[in-house]
Amino acid sequence: MAIEKFNILTSACVPLPTENVDTDQIIPARFLKATTRDGFGENLFRDWRYNKDNTPKPGFVLNNPLYKGDILVAGKNFGSGSSREHAAWAIYDYGFKAVVSSFFADIFKANALNNGLLPVQISPGFLKQIFSAVEENPSTQLQINLEKQTITLLSTGKYEKFEINPYKKSCLLNGYDDIDYLLSRKEKIMAFEKQNGK
Amino acid sequence: METKTLFDKIWDSHVVESISNGPDVLYIDRHYIHEVTSPQAFAGLEKRGIPLARPDRTLATADHNIPTLNQDKPIQEKLSRLQVKTLTDNCNKYGVTLYGLNNPYNGIVHVIGTELGFTRPGMTIVCGDSHTSTHGAFGAVAFGIGTSEVEMVFATQCVLQPKPKKMRITINGKLQPGVTSKDIILYIISRISAGGATGYFVEYAGEAIRSLSMEARMTICNMSIEMGARGGLIAPDEVTFSYLKDKEFSPKGKEWQESLDKWKQLHSDDGAVFDKELTFDASSINPMITYGTNPGMGIAVNGNIPALNEIKESERSSFLKALDYMNFKPGMSLEGFPIDYVFLGSCTNGRIEDIRAFASLVKGKKKAPSVTAWIVPGSHQVEKQAVAEGLDKILEAAGFELRQPGCSACLAMNEDKIPVGKYAVSTSNRNFEGRQGPGSRTLLASPLTAAAAAITGKITNPAEFIS
Repeated sequence: MAIEKFNILTSACVPLPTENVDTDQIIPARFLKATTRDGFGENLFRDWRYNKDNTPKPGFVLNNPLYKGDILVAGKNFGSGSSREHAAWAIYDYGFKAVVSSFFADIFKANALNNGLLPVQISPGFLKQIFSAVEENPSTQLQINLEKQTITLLSTGKYEKFEINPYKKSCLLNGYDDIDYLLSRKEKIMAFEKQNGK
Repeated sequence: METKTLFDKIWDSHVVESISNGPDVLYIDRHYIHEVTSPQAFAGLEKRGIPLARPDRTLATADHNIPTLNQDKPIQEKLSRLQVKTLTDNCNKYGVTLYGLNNPYNGIVHVIGTELGFTRPGMTIVCGDSHTSTHGAFGAVAFGIGTSEVEMVFATQCVLQPKPKKMRITINGKLQPGVTSKDIILYIISRISAGGATGYFVEYAGEAIRSLSMEARMTICNMSIEMGARGGLIAPDEVTFSYLKDKEFSPKGKEWQESLDKWKQLHSDDGAVFDKELTFDASSINPMITYGTNPGMGIAVNGNIPALNEIKESERSSFLKALDYMNFKPGMSLEGFPIDYVFLGSCTNGRIEDIRAFASLVKGKKKAPSVTAWIVPGSHQVEKQAVAEGLDKILEAAGFELRQPGCSACLAMNEDKIPVGKYAVSTSNRNFEGRQGPGSRTLLASPLTAAAAAITGKITNPAEFIS
């Protein structure tokens, strides 16, 4: 049950400068009633994206044909609130492969990584530069190199290193999944149970 | 000798293996599940063709999407009905104990786990729900996980987790009358922001925390996630032990005494080092209310929304966006502002003490005619207790009705939705845009502040009602 491999991603991006984007905005609770992982992209940012009568809200960035790409760039503290993994599923299902922000909520970050969606945390200053560049030219390209842990604003060549846990990095580069890893440790886990009276 | 924090003691004793430069393989003592975040994890087991490792350490309930009226009848909404049925089928197939609809032990996952004594000091506890932090009130390491991690626990009884940093928040002194543990936590979050504890596990300490009942402690730990913390915990003491004694699943007889001896060791050692320490004074905390769209946007109920020049320039656009959603203005006072709905319930404030507090304030008064109020007990046990104490009668006489248990309007997955543009004073945990229904406007507060608003129809300082 491998995740998709991630190495180098070069793409235009979709800017969402709003801060504290919580998982209720990413996917409202009323859309959590599915029993499979598929199709959540349809309701990504549902209430920001659509009017009550299901017509698209022209002001929202996902409805603006100028902005396309596999990278979502968002304001700080992205993914706060509920632990719903549906938020990561919705972003990935919509077609994003990476989310860039100056700060991520913990559970969202873990959920994203478990689904092959790369959270890239950068400095507030660099985030501001990216937003300005995209505002000036909506087709501004970003390049994310996971192996080197760099994100580059191709128009200026300016880049930053980003942090990622080495274990998670190797999972993403190779498409490994945590459950496979844990299953491979089954004997050790059972020995722990025995030793600790669990 | 090496000094350790309480968090270290519990975490370290559950590490099966540390991956070098990677996360720990952490053994999990208790796994709570519910209908919304478990189906895809069960499907994963199915696909791999493997059993659930430890059904005896797993407990299930249906709570998130269930109705709070007519629970004896089939669930009307098709997708909710299917999700609850899927949970039932999965629990039967994999041998998990389920307290489903109409079971006397059914209720909100974080209410039943604690009231049944399934949660105990020193344990590691997870659930596919961010408010799992609630269980930390017993001196446990409890945190919310995603569905992939639910599958990990199903498959191996372990999760892969990087060890978080440690923070201690000390609340010294005594609380003023009318100030509850909900106000303490809303105050802390307002001071450090909705992301202020991200990356940390928080231990709450100090005289004001020690003086709280078990249920009040749960309210504080519950909302740890609202400042981004991985979880929150409080060292167990006599309050904890007497709460746990004789609970359904609590150890009994000789085992009780042995457990007690172990639990008494669960505290941070003198001189234990935290990555961050914060201290607040209980006497400076007032009844709180939120005015914005994240739980960090809180003020004293008799205070003013910050003026624009009090907000950092980089945060002004988010601040104004939130106020625009709420239809409030910078600098305005909220006291006396008319509200439409009151919600008492949720894993934050849906326990018997919350219903007692609400009932004590509305006793002998009448609900404002302009207010719709939903009083939703956190579990059937809470409901039963409320009836046994005659609280249902007090509420009824004041114009309130006790509904059936569930998560209800906290996240509005069922029919309990606040309509577009309406203001709700809510004892729940999140005031995000549309959280309580599309377009709803949430003001988070304590059960006392909610009760005062229900009576006057306006935002009111509950201290006015407390002699």
